[in-house]
Amino acid sequence: MPEQSSSFNGTRNYIASQELQNSVNVAIALGRPLLIKGEPGTGKTMLAESIASNLDKELLIWNIKSSTKAGDGLYIYDTIQRLYDSQFGDHDVSDIRHYIKLGKLGQAFVSENQIVLLIDEIDKADLEFPNDLLWELDIMSFNIPETGETIEARHRPIVVITSNAEKELPDAFLRRCIFHYIAFPDAEMMAEIIRVHHPNLEKNLLEEALEAFYWIRSVSGLQKKPSTSELLDWVQALAIGGISPKKISDEFPFLGVLLKKDQDFNTVLQRLHSQGKQIKTAAGIPRFR
Amino acid sequence: MFINFFYQLRAYGVPVTITEWMMLMEALSLGMASSSLTAFYHLARAVLVKSETHYDRYDLAFYSYFQDIETPLELTEKILQWLEKALPPRQFRDQERQQFQDWDLDDLRRRLEERLQEQKEQHRGGSKWIGTGGTSPFGHSGYHPSGIRIAGDSVNKSAVQVAAQRNFRGFRADATIGVRQFEVALRKLRQLSSKEEGPRDELDLDETIQDTGDKGGLLQLVWNRSRKNTLKVALLMDSGGSMDPYLRICSQLFTAINRSSHFKDLRFFYFHNCIYQYLYLDPDCRMDSAVRTEDFLGMLDPEYKVILIGDASMAPSELTMQGGAIDWAFHNDEPGMEWLQRISDHFSHSVWLNPIPSPYWNRTTGHYTITVIRKIFPMYELSLEGLEMAIKKLKVRK
Repeated sequence: MPEQSSSFNGTRNYIASQELQNSVNVAIALGRPLLIKGEPGTGKTMLAESIASNLDKELLIWNIKSSTKAGDGLYIYDTIQRLYDSQFGDHDVSDIRHYIKLGKLGQAFVSENQIVLLIDEIDKADLEFPNDLLWELDIMSFNIPETGETIEARHRPIVVITSNAEKELPDAFLRRCIFHYIAFPDAEMMAEIIRVHHPNLEKNLLEEALEAFYWIRSVSGLQKKPSTSELLDWVQALAIGGISPKKISDEFPFLGVLLKKDQDFNTVLQRLHSQGKQIKTAAGIPRFR
Repeated sequence: MFINFFYQLRAYGVPVTITEWMMLMEALSLGMASSSLTAFYHLARAVLVKSETHYDRYDLAFYSYFQDIETPLELTEKILQWLEKALPPRQFRDQERQQFQDWDLDDLRRRLEERLQEQKEQHRGGSKWIGTGGTSPFGHSGYHPSGIRIAGDSVNKSAVQVAAQRNFRGFRADATIGVRQFEVALRKLRQLSSKEEGPRDELDLDETIQDTGDKGGLLQLVWNRSRKNTLKVALLMDSGGSMDPYLRICSQLFTAINRSSHFKDLRFFYFHNCIYQYLYLDPDCRMDSAVRTEDFLGMLDPEYKVILIGDASMAPSELTMQGGAIDWAFHNDEPGMEWLQRISDHFSHSVWLNPIPSPYWNRTTGHYTITVIRKIFPMYELSLEGLEMAIKKLKVRK
């Protein structure tokens, strides 16, 4: 299988750290799946889109649910359709191939060009799911017993796998992956990320919002800390709502955009209440630049 | 090449295998590290380390293996700058700070200069930087937070320095951790019902199609038994005063267990220091919430997995003597040890989680009772790693 030696270096709307770029390129060069873990909202899923657009390749997304089976990614034999067709007699049911539908992995194998395949949230599936994919990902081919066909990959797809660590992944699977943990971006990187999405944002607003955001994240006892995607929404809400930057750290408008759980909401409100004075005088503290 | 690094990693507890090592060699032969130690650091981490909980150990192993390799010449000057930045004591833990209290900055600086002088003569260019010797008053050999601080303030980040920063410390699995990680660990504790029992309430699609086909299109429904988690858990928690320092972690575990909705049955009981003839439904351990331990044993069948949580630290008399219970108003006719043994005998699966970190078990005030109780229940420390080991233990019959 000829591999193209292009390398990934982020896209205009996706800021990837140097480390992450390295990991992606290692995975591509070695032809191994890239396993991405990280806090929700750190852009795990976006990464695959970014790789695809950066390397100018097509992206296939395989969303994993708790009911997804490994075999579904290869092919599905639509027995029910065949049964129906046989009852009405208006289709040729003798050719099983009509009822074999390739799954996402299968599609990636038969594609003319190299494909970026995103296996999203692999940990949602059953514990055994990753193991069931090992063989196919390793040798890049599989057999369809119903028709006796063997599907072989024309190009080894670039496989990106994301996980939220809901379940532990099997060791045998991990051994074959390149692993990268996306750390939560620091304020500097976050500012860059926001600028990519909202280029016309006022500088003051951005600074105030970031300060408020990282303060909320630092409140202990939150069940779900607000993440990048929530911050992006919030910043947008602030901009649309025409909130003046000064009000942000005083009033925390649209807090519901950042905090999705009642309990968290109350926790933060309580903290705000008890620290009310400090927040109001926060203007004197040197801000993030 | 670097084969000792492989063993170093394993010695530090990073579960590296030959498969991954060969993959790294392949990457190196493709020139992926571009002859730079920093690139190598990231490459090797991506290939060899498969969990963020191991990042910290990787950093330690990397640091100890490669610490002597890079020797920036401008280091001597920088160290003095770093030293000023690195000194604020809030960055040290208490016991470490005590070591440093007797030193003032000038003194430290002077000694450091001396030290550097010596090293320059011994190793060309002074290959060991601030206090990697381990025995010097600067005393950090990579394991030591203060050493990390100094490296962390550096301007030009070499791979060794990045490793020394230990940014992923917080992810260590053996560190005590949050509710969510407990939940994830608890999810492993499951036990599916067999195909042999329970109602047939799940449509078996393949069989239905097969049978319907066999009957020439006449619909034949085939039902199967669904598989459910049949796990039953009983949690016994020490709510005595000596547990107060561990309140936070216990409540995290408590929340996690409470939220795990996948158990068939979940019961909570409390005790004060040791278990006698009564258990309590309330953490206050008052008589109006008392349940006779005998009834408890009768009520719960041996299939319940029992998790005891407590520091197991008490006066030996509380464990071994009649009437040794900590409450004056309370008289126990049988020593606590017998009750513990009875519980252990009744249930086929039980573990004890101790919030005291295991390295201290032999040294704390309660070491005698900890030793005795460990003979009755398998004991694990209350951390993510401990919980995982405990869950493994709970899966196998004693």
